[in-house]
Parts: sequence; C-alpha cells; structure tokens
Amino acid sequence: MDSLDALVAQVQGFSGTDDLLHLFSLLKQSDELLHTHAPRLQYALSSLDPAKHSLGYLYLLEVQSSGTLSQEQSENFLALASTFLNVCIAEQICLAPEKFNMVCRRVKEQALQLQEPLRAILPLQAAIRKLQPSSEFLTAMHADFLQMCLLAKCYKASLSVLEDDIFEIDQKRTGLVPRDFLLYCYYGGMIHIGLKQFGKALEFFQHAITAPATVLNAITIAAYKKFVLVSLIQLGQFHDCFVQVPLFPKYTPPVVQRNLKSCVQDYMDLATSYVTRNIADVKGYITTHEDAFKSDNNLGLARQVIASLYKRNIQRLTQTYLTLSLQDIADNVQLDGPKEAELHILQMIQDGEIFARINQKDGMVSFQEDPEQYNTSAMTMRLNLEIHNIVRLAKKLTSVDEQVSCDQVYLSKIGRDRPRYETEDFDIVPQKMYTNL
Amino acid sequence: MEGGGGETMDEMGAGGGAGGNRAGGGGGGTGAIAEQIDVESYASLYTGHTKVARLHFIADYCNVRSVELEALRMAFEEIKKGENTALFKECVEKINGRLGPSHTLDQEWIDMVERRAAQRQEKLETELNGYKTNLIKESIRMGYNDLGDFHYGRGDLQHAFKCYVRTRDYCTTSKHIISMCLNVILVSIELGHFVHVSNYVSKADQTPDVQDPVVVAKLKCAAGLAYLESKKYKLAARKFVDTNFELGNNYIDVIAQQDVAVYGGLCALASFDRAELKSKVIDNINFRNFLELMPEVRELIHDFYASRYASCLGYLQKLKPNLLLDIHLYDHVDTLYEQIRHRALIQYTNPFISVDLNTMASAFKTSVAGLEKELAALITENQIQARIDSHNKILYARHADQRNATFQRVLQTGSDLQRETKALLLRANLMRHDFVMKGGPKQQ
Repeated sequence: MDSLDALVAQVQGFSGTDDLLHLFSLLKQSDELLHTHAPRLQYALSSLDPAKHSLGYLYLLEVQSSGTLSQEQSENFLALASTFLNVCIAEQICLAPEKFNMVCRRVKEQALQLQEPLRAILPLQAAIRKLQPSSEFLTAMHADFLQMCLLAKCYKASLSVLEDDIFEIDQKRTGLVPRDFLLYCYYGGMIHIGLKQFGKALEFFQHAITAPATVLNAITIAAYKKFVLVSLIQLGQFHDCFVQVPLFPKYTPPVVQRNLKSCVQDYMDLATSYVTRNIADVKGYITTHEDAFKSDNNLGLARQVIASLYKRNIQRLTQTYLTLSLQDIADNVQLDGPKEAELHILQMIQDGEIFARINQKDGMVSFQEDPEQYNTSAMTMRLNLEIHNIVRLAKKLTSVDEQVSCDQVYLSKIGRDRPRYETEDFDIVPQKMYTNL
Repeated sequence: MEGGGGETMDEMGAGGGAGGNRAGGGGGGTGAIAEQIDVESYASLYTGHTKVARLHFIADYCNVRSVELEALRMAFEEIKKGENTALFKECVEKINGRLGPSHTLDQEWIDMVERRAAQRQEKLETELNGYKTNLIKESIRMGYNDLGDFHYGRGDLQHAFKCYVRTRDYCTTSKHIISMCLNVILVSIELGHFVHVSNYVSKADQTPDVQDPVVVAKLKCAAGLAYLESKKYKLAARKFVDTNFELGNNYIDVIAQQDVAVYGGLCALASFDRAELKSKVIDNINFRNFLELMPEVRELIHDFYASRYASCLGYLQKLKPNLLLDIHLYDHVDTLYEQIRHRALIQYTNPFISVDLNTMASAFKTSVAGLEKELAALITENQIQARIDSHNKILYARHADQRNATFQRVLQTGSDLQRETKALLLRANLMRHDFVMKGGPKQQ
C-alpha cells in the first residue's frame, strides 16, 4: 500500500521536465510493484492528472489493462484511455514508446471486444499525432487506426492521416516493427479502395509488395492479390505486353518475386483473360472461381473488375466512332440491350469518364473530344502547384543524398573499394582516412 | 486432254511455255468465272523434282477430279523418266488405278531401277574411296558431287544434302563454291529447310567474283523464297523485283519466271508503300519483263497504284484459286490478300477529310456494314487516323491534337515522378533502418 502511494507521490512530484528521466527509471523498476497492487490502481489513477503526469499515468494504465477484462472494466479502461490519449503530453510519453504502443493496442483490442471500433478512432488518431515527431513518421498505431476506420466504415476520418506521405521509419522513437508497416500499407490500400481512389490504393499496395523482406508473408500475398485486381480496374492491364514492363518493379525483393506468382495463380489468370476484353470470358472466370475470391474477401472487388471492363470497352469505342447507335454499342460491348447501354453511358458521363451526348430520338450517342483545352488559369495554377511539389521533392532527395554521402559506414565501404594507383603520379589513396579508427 | 477445248482460260502459261490448250491470249477475264488451271501448260514451265512436287500438290489440293487425274498422270510419266522408285510407288497409290492399267505399279521397272541404282551407288562409292586414298582434291569433290546427284535423283534428299555439304571442304575455285551452294540450296528448298537456303545464299554472295548474272539471279530468287517462307514479305519482294530478267529459263527446276512475277508482285503490293511501289516495281524496267509474262499481275499492280480498287480486288479474286495450288505460296495467300486489302482501304481514305462510306463500299464492292467493321478494326489498330459517324455513315479524318496530348503527358509524367520518388525515399529509409521482414518466431 505504502509503496504504491509512494510511487504515486513520486509521479506527482517528478513530473516536471527536469526529473523526467529519473521518474522514468523509477517507473521501469516498479513494474512488479504495480502488478501486485493491481486492484488499487483505480484509485491511483484517479489521483493523477493525465495531462500533467502522463508518464506515470501511462504505466498505470498499461498494468491496469493487462490480462482479460470484464465488460465493465473494459468500458472503464476505454474511457480513461480515450481521455488520456487526447490530453497526454508528447515529450513524456516519447520516453516510453513501447508502453505507449501497448496501451494503444489494448485500446484497439477492447474496442473490438466491445464491438465498437468507432470509439477507438479518435483516440488512436490523437495518439498518432502525439507520438510522431513529424508527420512524415510512421508509428505502430497507424495500422491499428486504419483497421478501426475500416471496421467502422469511417473512411473519411482516416484521410488526414493517410494523406501524409510517410518517409521516416525510426524504430527507436516509435517502437515499430516491419509487420506494422506492411499492415499500414495493406489497410491504407483498402481504405483507398473504399473511397474509390484506385490510383492511391495501387501506390499503397505497391509499397507493401516492394518492402524489403527476406521471407514471404501472408500480408504481402493478400496485398498482391488486391494489387492485381485494382490495377485491372485502374490501369486496364496488369502486364503491358507491348512494352516489356516486368511483372514486378525491379526493386521487389527477390524472395517475393520468386514465390509470389505461385500463390496467386487465380488472379494472374483473371488478368490474362481481362486483357482479351471479352466480357463473357471474364464473367465466366469469376463465377467459376467465386469461392477463391470470396475466401480472400475480394469478391466485391472482382465484380468491380467486371464493371471496369465494360467502361473500358465503351471508352475504346469513343476512339473509333463519332456517333454510334445504342443498339450497336450494346452489341459491341456485349450488354443486354440499348436500355442498359444507355444507363452505362449516362453513368460514365456523370462520372466524367467519357464525353458524349445521347440523342434519345434516334437512339444515337455522339462522342466528343475532351473539352479540356489546358488554357485556363485554373490549369496554370495546377501546373504551378505540381512544379512546386516536384521542386520540394527534389530538394528532399538531394538532402537525403548528402546525408548518405557523409555517412561513416558508407565512406568506409567506399574507401576500401577504391583502386590503388600504381604510378607515382597519383598518391595512393590513404585507406586509413576512411575507416573507423 | 482434260478440260475440253476452248473453255478454260489459261492462267499460268500466257507468255512462255510450250503450247497447250489456250483459249485466247492472257489478259483480263472476259467472263469465264471458274478459271481452271491448265495442268499441262503449268507443268511445262518446270522440270525436275519441282515439277513432280507441284503436280502432286495440285493433285492433292485441287478438288476437281479431272484436274487431279491429269496432274497425276503427268507426274507418273515424269517420275518414270527418273530413278525415284519411292516417289513412283507413292504416285501409283494416289492414282489408285483410276487411270487404267498403263498407270499401275510396274514392279518390273522398279526392280530394274533399284538394281541399276545399287550398282551405280557401289561404283560411285568405290571410286570415291579411291579418290580419297589418292587425296586428289578435285576428284574427291567431283566424287561427292556425283554421289550427291545420284542420291538426289533417287529422291534421298538427306543423303544428297550431306554429300553436297561435304564437297565444301574440297572446293578450290569460286565456281566450285557457287555450284556447291546452288546444289545445297536446291536440296534445301525441296526439303523445306529454308534456314539453310538463306545461309547458303549469303555464303554464295560472299564468294568473290560472282559475275554471272544468271547465278546472281538464281541466288536472288532463292533468297526471295526463303524470305517468303519466313513471312518476311517486304524483304522477299525486294529480292524478287531485283531479280535480273536474264534468269530466263535457267532455274526452272526451282522457279519459273511467271512465279517471280507473281511472288514479287503480290509481296510488293502487300508490303511496299506507295513510293517504293512506284520506284521498285512500276518503273522497274527489269521487273516489267517478268510482269509481261503475267498480265493479270501487271494490271493488278497498276490498278492499285491508280486507285481502281474494285478492279484490282477483282483480279486478286480471279488469281486466288490457282495461287492456292502453288506449293510455295498457298499458305501465304490469305495473309497477303488481307494485307493488300488493308493497304487499299488505308490508301483510299488517306487524302480525304471526310469519306462517304456508301461510295467507298461501292468502290470496294462490299457492303456498308462489312466495310464499317473493317474500318473500325483498322482504326483500333491505329492504321487509319479517323472516326466513324455511324449514324450518317461518314468517315471523318481526325488528327491528334498535339498540344493537348503534350499537356496530358506532362501532367502524367509529373505525377509518376512524384510517386516513384516518394516510394524510393521510403524504401531507402526502410533499408537504412534495416527494417526488413524476417522470418522466425511470430511477431506480436
């Protein structure tokens, strides 16, 4: 009893910035203590202010939530944790990222257990922001956060997090493991699919596939399957046969390249039949392999592939014809009749995918060129923005390059490989200058 | 003579060749639709093995009993003049007794030929061995040559090929080399090994002092045949139109002058563009001589150049049945015709901003719907830059807007670059922190 009170007092006392490290070491040692006093933790927690004593609060919370919790305990924990995550001080919790991650994970688990993923969304978002040194860092909570958004179907909520470009991975500061990164890419891709932003989804899945790895894992395989389907929808092809684009970008880790194809044979066959542009074939293929797609939860995506094939065929018609009757369109694209063709085209006009006018009297559709003339001020501003983005990116690239050139490990490797010149005109490169002493 | 007098138009032997049944000179058809091949005059254009091969081919594929029997009869007679007993047996089987008792298996003749052949073979081989021990290069070469000729006459093409190739080591003058190459080419063409044909043609071309125009022409024809076989129509056409007319009848154991005209003309139409067609074919005095022998082909080419497409396609249709009976051309006829038709369509639409499909359909003697489908296919393959107004049945030329296309490409490249660079930076960071997915115990 006393020891716990003593600990609480220490937390209250040492939570000023000077003594944080001291507090931190104290807390680390008192893990066992906290466990033994588990029932009394509630009172301890109530006497601490999460906004001021974040570090201590964190430890107490973590111990409180370990083990299985009853319904009521869950609710309680969730409430406390939500407030904590929202108000905690970033500097304090940054000292103990693993504990922080664990608490967040518990939050997620409890939310799942209570079947209310919605409740976990805001707290986790706050947690991400607190732990990230800058918006370019990936944290362990990104994956969980996205998962919650997916389960709660709240895609928009995740947008602010998703839109940040991730560059930095720092394991020490954020306690990250590779699996988190893969999950982040996978869930991120799925959310973009939900938002119908197939281009961005492709990017995310490609990150998942090309991440360095020495073994293949289930996340990569699942990501690849979705990648195939989404690239069919977005790009209309999976493997450009006329330009020798390889199946994987060259920087895919070799173990992935070798083994991935065998795991996803169904999808590759679908891709090959898609390229023939024959709707009946593709439909038939999907119905025969429905179970395979369903078990991967990709059936909805597969249906979208069919829809995209219709669209693509209609788009090809716009390249060949100026006007075409609805009946001919229906025949060409293998639709059921002029009515259905009309519906499809209406939808596509509304989505801005083709430019056309339907003349109902004659049953004719006349296709027009893209009215975009690229001569408005809006377009100029857009181009300007893009140029700025690229300049910024180029600067970043140069700075990374400079960093690497000054890196000691790199220089030592370079120094070792430099050729020795035999002639007396050149000084022999002094090896010592480039190695660690 | 099968075929009756005066009914059938002579397709192949309009200019050269000995007499036969001809109902008037060559030139445009005057109404006879079912043109039948006149086997005798066709066969008279050739000698040697190719004559028999062609006759057999005609018999196999012509589907008209009278023509088939005529061809087989001529083949029978030709084979009997030679020593190829295996081919004789085959021919008799095909005839199957339909030509009466005079054209059946003459076992006596077979035995006699076999005996004679065995004796000759033994003699040649002993002579050759003798020469080899004496190490006289020229004799060895001639020995192998004779042995090769013998095997060729017997129809044993593989052995003939080997013998001719062996003479290579003993060739001393360019004349020897040329004759060796020509022999090998002859055997290879018959075997259907056109890779060897091209190899030996290039070998022969590289021989110094190849002066004789006949030889040069022969080599060009052989090369053209090799290209034709490998579907390289443009190269084949170039070879054929360059063939010197001095070839004359010197190569009729492989190819007749009419064939040079046909092969060269069709391949050129299918693959040359307008400028090349004019300079290499129409204005080519040398090739004009060949074309005189095949007036239909000459008319056909001129019609195409002058945009009289209906007439041009009409000639093509007339020639088609006989071309399908030609051993070198038959499996290329459809492709060549298709290519010629496509070129005609493209050439027709080229100068116009808008084309009325009805007029075009009547110019090509086809239906509007069919024409529309053909044009749609060509547009999709980007051979014609146009769009079809299906409602009014008009084809409108359409030229890509360069400026818009450039803008689109720029924006696309920009976003691609951004995406790639970001991915690169991310990966670089992953590698730097050694953030690699490793195997091992399950991670939390």
